[in-house]
Amino acid sequence: MAATQDQIVEGLAEIVNEIAGIPVEDVQLDKSFTDDLDVDSLSMVEVVVAAEERFDVKIPDEDVKNLKTVGDAADYILKNQDGGIKKV
Amino acid sequence: MSSTNRTVVVTGIGATTPLGGDSASTWEGLLAGRSGVKPLEGERFAELPVQIAATAAVDPGDVLPRPLARKLDRSAQFALIAAREAWADAGYTAPAGEDDKIVPERLGSVIASGIGGVTTLLDQYDVLKDKGVRRVSPHTVPMLMPNSPSANVGLEVNARAGVHTPVSACASGAEAIGYAVEMIRTGRADVVVAGGTEAAIHPLPIAAFANMMAMSKNNDEPTKASRPYDTGRDGFVLGEGAGVVILESEEHAKARGARVYCEVLGQGLSADSHHIAQPEPTGRGIAAAMQNLLDATDLKPSEVVHLNAHATSTPQGDVAEIKALRKVLGDDLDHVAISATKSMTGHLLGGAGGIETVATVLALHHRLAPPTINVDELDPDVDADIVRDEPRALPQGTIAAINNSFGFGGHNVVLAFRSV
Repeated sequence: MAATQDQIVEGLAEIVNEIAGIPVEDVQLDKSFTDDLDVDSLSMVEVVVAAEERFDVKIPDEDVKNLKTVGDAADYILKNQDGGIKKV
Repeated sequence: MSSTNRTVVVTGIGATTPLGGDSASTWEGLLAGRSGVKPLEGERFAELPVQIAATAAVDPGDVLPRPLARKLDRSAQFALIAAREAWADAGYTAPAGEDDKIVPERLGSVIASGIGGVTTLLDQYDVLKDKGVRRVSPHTVPMLMPNSPSANVGLEVNARAGVHTPVSACASGAEAIGYAVEMIRTGRADVVVAGGTEAAIHPLPIAAFANMMAMSKNNDEPTKASRPYDTGRDGFVLGEGAGVVILESEEHAKARGARVYCEVLGQGLSADSHHIAQPEPTGRGIAAAMQNLLDATDLKPSEVVHLNAHATSTPQGDVAEIKALRKVLGDDLDHVAISATKSMTGHLLGGAGGIETVATVLALHHRLAPPTINVDELDPDVDADIVRDEPRALPQGTIAAINNSFGFGGHNVVLAFRSV
């Protein structure tokens, strides 16, 4: 069962809260991980690994650098979840 | 700006130890003669020959916010907590630069640990085996590197004059303080945050130390296990925590009107070159360090009234230290009130020099030598005045005190302090 965008943002908010201590309500689509959410490059790896497990998605290292905002990450997960095959 | 042979003073102290979460509660515990040694609960300790340790009185995870704590090894957590207390105690209200009493380029950090982030290394190896490569924390290396506590304290206070980590096993904390004194004396810095930290209470280090026959196996009476100078001593008890002092050039401290605890006269160093882990039985290397201290400073044996001994509660080491003291100080040893605070805190390895410097500074400041507990029957080879059971008042007037730390590898570090 694929997650909706709202569910993905909610999940990312919980992950960012656990790793960086940012309140879940502050984790919004337009927020930058590094500039707004206190997630440095090392902690971003933790966010990615946690998101991979939670949403059954693989995020290769070369794609991580493109995930600047929560919206970027949510879109990526939405497109690639459940093994990367978009179910119609 | 640069100058040499400047006077160095202590303006702040901080600690988190088996006796308390700060320096005040630690000092109170020392004066009360309270043991911080407890049974080690849990299945992972059940097979070990040693099932006791002096665990921290206050868990650092209860003090630091979780997002910060999870990126720091426990040794760095202790160091940060002690450094924050010391920094505030010295009258600084913000990191260097933000607090205009000190510029970042004149501030250093020298915090040492004997073993470094050993629990991080071992825990992450468990993660690698049990959960796979992808789950190994990206913070592992910055957490386990031995310079991590010093670097994290440096980041906290914005230290840019230099961040250093001397490593000499159980002498590390004292060597850090000696190094910091030299940084100020040679003009590299005006203020240095200095001390030692350790967090190695884990089955592997305990199994390893126990197999060296270095640890007490008195599992039945944890609070009696650490008993320096007693005839029944059978090894040290592992402790954890950190002790940190703020060292400052006297002119810098005076210019900002800081409260001064005492002066740091300097250090005496030597190496045994005898055995990688056994103490040299005659105390030759310790005596050399003590003599080097007397040669390098204006300390007079007649003014020394207190000594915080290394005394870890091992059969050989405790006596070798006393022999060395007698050799160098002669009859002047008779007026030195000796305290072995490891009888209460256990042995914090690289943290020992940190918390015992805090204890020595407070002993001078309050003119009270803390007791040595568990000396039921004094070893007849201990020919010195051991403060037993109750604290002892120290004389008025100008007095001096010494703090000894020695480490596996044959490292000997002797620090001297004088009242103000």
